[in-house]
Amino acid sequence: MLERVQSERTQSDRTMIDIRDVTRSYGSFKALDNASLAIREGEFFSLLGPSGCGKTTLLRMIAGFDTPTSGSIAVDGQPMDGIPANRRPTNMVFQSYAIFPHLDVEQNVAYGLKRLKLGAGEEKRRVEEALAQVSLTGLGKRRATELSGGQRQRVALARALVMRPKVLLLDEPLSALDKKLREQMQVELRRLQQAVGITFVLVTHDQYEALAMSDRIAVMFGGRIAQVASPKEIYQRPINRQVADFLGGMNFVKAEIVEENGASLVLDTLGFGRVKTDKPKAFVRNGGNATLGIRPERLRVLWDNAAAKFEVAGKVVERHYFGEITHLIVEIPGLEKPLSVTETNDFGADDIPVGTSIRLGYDPEALVAMAD
Amino acid sequence: MTAAAEGSPPLRVAGMRRSPLLQSEAVQGFALISPTFVYALILLVLPILVVIAHSFWTQNYLTIDHTFTLENYRIALTEPIYRDLLWRSLYISLTVSLLTVVLAYPIAYFISFHGGRHKSLWLFLITIPFWTSYLLRVMSWKVILGYNGVLNSGLMGLGIIDEPSTALLYNSSAVIITLTHAWATFAILPIFVSLEKVDRTLVEAATDLGDGPLRSFLRVTLPLSVPGVISAALIVMIPTVGDYVTPKLVGGKDGVMIANAIQAQFGKASNWPLGAALSVTTMVIVSLMAGATVLIIRALQRLAR
Repeated sequence: MLERVQSERTQSDRTMIDIRDVTRSYGSFKALDNASLAIREGEFFSLLGPSGCGKTTLLRMIAGFDTPTSGSIAVDGQPMDGIPANRRPTNMVFQSYAIFPHLDVEQNVAYGLKRLKLGAGEEKRRVEEALAQVSLTGLGKRRATELSGGQRQRVALARALVMRPKVLLLDEPLSALDKKLREQMQVELRRLQQAVGITFVLVTHDQYEALAMSDRIAVMFGGRIAQVASPKEIYQRPINRQVADFLGGMNFVKAEIVEENGASLVLDTLGFGRVKTDKPKAFVRNGGNATLGIRPERLRVLWDNAAAKFEVAGKVVERHYFGEITHLIVEIPGLEKPLSVTETNDFGADDIPVGTSIRLGYDPEALVAMAD
Repeated sequence: MTAAAEGSPPLRVAGMRRSPLLQSEAVQGFALISPTFVYALILLVLPILVVIAHSFWTQNYLTIDHTFTLENYRIALTEPIYRDLLWRSLYISLTVSLLTVVLAYPIAYFISFHGGRHKSLWLFLITIPFWTSYLLRVMSWKVILGYNGVLNSGLMGLGIIDEPSTALLYNSSAVIITLTHAWATFAILPIFVSLEKVDRTLVEAATDLGDGPLRSFLRVTLPLSVPGVISAALIVMIPTVGDYVTPKLVGGKDGVMIANAIQAQFGKASNWPLGAALSVTTMVIVSLMAGATVLIIRALQRLAR
């Protein structure tokens, strides 16, 4: 079965997890408020949001550790209502890894297989295979207490993968690792998911982690799903200021809607003038105003006589050095807030004196309209 | 300033010469434990040494013959009366520890896993029996188990028995029942503590990997609470072997234990060396039994994997 999935390695359009109108209330507090989501088979899907946004609650409801107050969850077409966690086709990698301290690595990985009575040979083969998948071959006899954080995490992964679940749930699996190991594990997790072809659902509050690993991301705030899209779409076309802000820096500019039709918007702004942009699919105007956004790295410093088709002029008021990049704060006449610009240091952006008048070029594609 | 600078090196040297003994952590540690240590030495180690010495001597009416002899140990180990009393004491204390642990575990489990906000209240309630004297608690069992006691009247009132049963009080079962009740708290607390330390995520992980509630308990919660079970078993087992008051009050003729015989040797029979030999024998056997218990529980734990 695993082999077949491996050879296909393609992501189908079939829905693996169907979440319909799920609400979870604790008294009057709604941890999750009418969330609906369809996660596809073979997809690496991330639930991204600040703490308390309901992402972990949603994950635990898929696993069966929590029950929706209303609404339903189906996995692989099977409704999960009333099915306890131990009979669901899902397995979980816990934030704390939850490695059994009284068992060695092999016994940890074989824990769920014991019940299946596969026979010693088959069980051993599957444990070896799972340990190889997470590059832990040869460490089978180690005690859990003798492992590093990264190794524990691999054991937790192997222990879940060996069950060949339809869905692998990961609850902030990288948050306890140091930065370098975390980045290495991001790459490995993504590679592993591609190799086994199992649907991965990752919960994280780290936007870079979600962007780096996912096929699609759901951004959540206050128990509601704000936007579901590919990492690129979420980053470049955030649906509102909250999503834009959570996924990294964004300059917001006040705009007035001049014209609105099916596919595009014409906005009047101070500083950027009259702008025509694509209308986001979920755009619902709220009065006559909107917000125009542009990411700091999409603004570039125009040197000497260089010209761009679209540019704004301003004055550098602050400069912050970050090694490979420099962060400039540029005041533009007519804009209530100065613009943030990140520029690579290849051309000497780190040497621009504060107070210099500069011009910034941009691509109109980089401007994104958001409802107010 | 200069004077101070010039003066400081000799000062430092003097300081170093004066204090190495006081600065050593080991010395400081010994100083801290010494009051308790001296107390234990005088009141625990010395009496034990005296008892051990006596066990190799002989009682000669009012005097003690200090010639070395193993005669007391021969009597203690081969005389049927002492052998039987020792066996009975071991049997009673093993049964009591087993029963106490088995009965205490569910209570500790309930408080730890389902006590919620009321954990402290539950623990407090468990200690309430200790507000009365131990003798009173033993006496109350006499009231319950006695000829005209609560149990007999109740059973007769229900028509289950026609006349009061004498099988309830004054035998080893009465001792077992009383001791099991008396030591329950000492078993509940260590088990509770070790259950508190079991990471609840581990139980979730076991469930996630397919275990139902019973399986996850047997494969995760129980093995991880073994340290508490061991301490509970030992805490109950070691003192109950030598218990003297309970058999005296509710044991009758059939419930006499080794401690009663030891007391008799030091008292009425006035044979201190034999009493000492019985004490030392009991002490050694209890230590061996405690060690064996730890090994057996550990072996069971390994087997369960």
